[in-house]
Amino acid sequence: MKADTVASRETGPAPGTGRTKDAKPGLMSGPVGRNLGLVIALAILCAVGIVTAGDRFLALDNALTILRLASVIGVVSIGMTFVIIGGGIDLSVGALVALSSVWATTIATQAMAQDTHWIVIVVTAVAVGAVGGLVNGVVIAYGKVAAFIATLAMLASARGLAEMISNRRTQILEPREHRGFYGVFGGDVLGVPTLVIIFALVAVLGWVVLNRTTFGRRTFAVGGNAEAARLAGIRVQRHTVWLYVLSGVTCGIAGAMLIGRTTTGSSTHGTLYELDAIAAVVIGGTLLVGGRGTIVGTVLGVLIFTTLGNVFTLNNLSSSAQAVARGVIIVLAVLLQQRVAAGGFRRRRRAAATSTGSPTTTPGAPAGEVSTNATAPVVRDEGDDERS
Amino acid sequence: MTATKRRTSWRRTTQTAAVLVGVGALLVGCTGNDPVTETTSATTDDGATSTATNAPGGNDETGDTVRIGFSAPAADHGWMAAITEAARDRAASFEDVEITVAEGTNDVNTQISQVETFINDGVDAIVLLPFDGAALTPVALRAMDAGIPVINVDREFSSPFASQSTILGDNYGMGVSAGQYICSRLGDQPDAVVAEIAGIDSLPLTQDRSQGFEDALADCGLSVSHRVAAEFTVESGETEAANLLQAAPKIDAIWNHDDDQGVGVLAAIQNAGRDEFFMVGGAGSANAMREIQSGESVLEATVIYPSTQAADGISLARLIVQGKSLSDIVSQGVPKRIVLAAPVVTADNVDEFIDNAFES
Repeated sequence: MKADTVASRETGPAPGTGRTKDAKPGLMSGPVGRNLGLVIALAILCAVGIVTAGDRFLALDNALTILRLASVIGVVSIGMTFVIIGGGIDLSVGALVALSSVWATTIATQAMAQDTHWIVIVVTAVAVGAVGGLVNGVVIAYGKVAAFIATLAMLASARGLAEMISNRRTQILEPREHRGFYGVFGGDVLGVPTLVIIFALVAVLGWVVLNRTTFGRRTFAVGGNAEAARLAGIRVQRHTVWLYVLSGVTCGIAGAMLIGRTTTGSSTHGTLYELDAIAAVVIGGTLLVGGRGTIVGTVLGVLIFTTLGNVFTLNNLSSSAQAVARGVIIVLAVLLQQRVAAGGFRRRRRAAATSTGSPTTTPGAPAGEVSTNATAPVVRDEGDDERS
Repeated sequence: MTATKRRTSWRRTTQTAAVLVGVGALLVGCTGNDPVTETTSATTDDGATSTATNAPGGNDETGDTVRIGFSAPAADHGWMAAITEAARDRAASFEDVEITVAEGTNDVNTQISQVETFINDGVDAIVLLPFDGAALTPVALRAMDAGIPVINVDREFSSPFASQSTILGDNYGMGVSAGQYICSRLGDQPDAVVAEIAGIDSLPLTQDRSQGFEDALADCGLSVSHRVAAEFTVESGETEAANLLQAAPKIDAIWNHDDDQGVGVLAAIQNAGRDEFFMVGGAGSANAMREIQSGESVLEATVIYPSTQAADGISLARLIVQGKSLSDIVSQGVPKRIVLAAPVVTADNVDEFIDNAFES
């Protein structure tokens, strides 16, 4: 119980309601400040897009193109956010996307979907992702294998299995024969592509689970300090398994979305999604060591990356120059984020130093948040609310 | 300087030719009663250039500016790098073509969004070498629906409606060319040992190549006695060739599907100190051609799989948008589907091909 309250304080999901008054010195250091940095980065990018491409960038169709591209990788990134906040990492997401897309388009699945209902395709994809995640979780939590190694193994074997099932061919899910499926996964509602709506739903759901449920609070606790979480009565191993299952489920959803977008399942789908997702999560302000992070930051991170690619394409830059620029902009985005947060942080530290004994800070942490390293938050009680 | 001079003089010749054809059409129009020629003669009233667009040879004439969007997979091997390079060069050679090249990617989701960007942009044509033909079909259909002609290069879409025109290499024909060359050398030895080093075995293109090879060999009573499959990379070529040489103490001929992996194959042959056979390559890289030119290598010949097909795609896109026809064929319009030849390059004709070869 204690851990739950602590965690919820530490992550302060929203621009807090009654909290803002107390938190005046630390406003920019909290999640709001971090996300503000991302919003500025995104705004700069958009400004570059408007200046260099003008109307072509601003057109509604272009915005939808960016969002459609963002939605598949975005859904994966939401799952990744949970895993990373929980102190883990999932390198197998791209391979699980491929495996679920392939499994959901086998002749057997297609036949079953035609005999019964198109939802079979989606259920298959999600189930395959969930089972992949379950294996990851069990190996990591109960087998005590490092998450990096376990999911690396899953990366290799899931893609291999996808190649075996598909015989390295691209499996086509014929749009004429599966109208129901494409009605949902290929269509739009009032001009908004359903893929974008699915992404929005997953993001909102993720936000609620992370910030408004016991599961979310436990995730922060487990990632912040697993031992303290255990002492606080959280079943850390079981929770870890669920985190990877969650990540697997998002991979399954992304697999179905990719089928909707490409009308195919293939073992080459989702190549390097693990890196895209981790990059989006990390520039979104989530600590790679766990214990802190936001869904909003991840969504902004994904949008920054996809907008980046869009601006590149609109400006006809050579692919090598684009790759260099991409790296530079990742660093710039994180630096900017640090600066914005640090502005508030300096003021806050002064305030903190006067009131309580100086809280330790983590020098490497991208945004000047109070240390997430220690058992400290668990020991402290509600009294220091002004710190977030 | 000289290049531009040559171009202008070329244009002058074509203009003259066009005018001559125009005059010819007029004469025919006056005497004949073919309705098609009637309309041609009517347009000549506006001036000779309007007929020139339909005349063979008039295609180099600078016309309305054509904006082309181009997207291809990541340039992770020599052939693919050459594809984009050649497309850019081809576009630059036309004064009336503006090309937008999207970042090379092996992620179909990203490539789809690139095509969507082209559609939003309202380009005049899209030249697309899809990472996966089937996966890019829906977005190509959308482009066609939006009235933007799509030129499909190398990897085919799964729907015939997704492209205005398709241009691709001939994988089956590659196997046939290689087989026929080996037949021409070994046809009189029915017990000759022929080996094959294939590319990635589960790819349809590899299966097509091997089928063509088998069929051509069967024509002269030969068959493949040893077959291994590499993965288009230098190190896999080296490993598989070393295994093959170990397994077959005497070989008369080898066909290696791919010159990029051929670098490794040649290294393995060198290491084994074998030279009792001759080898035929595939794809047609510049260093393979230099080996052929040197005359000292076991590599005697290679079969072309053109790395200029995307460049041809650019040319086709320009013709389609400007409403011109492919010159040198009489029928109007741009063909729906072009399968490029897979010629054999040997020491005799290597000079003709080496300038167009790609560096692996």
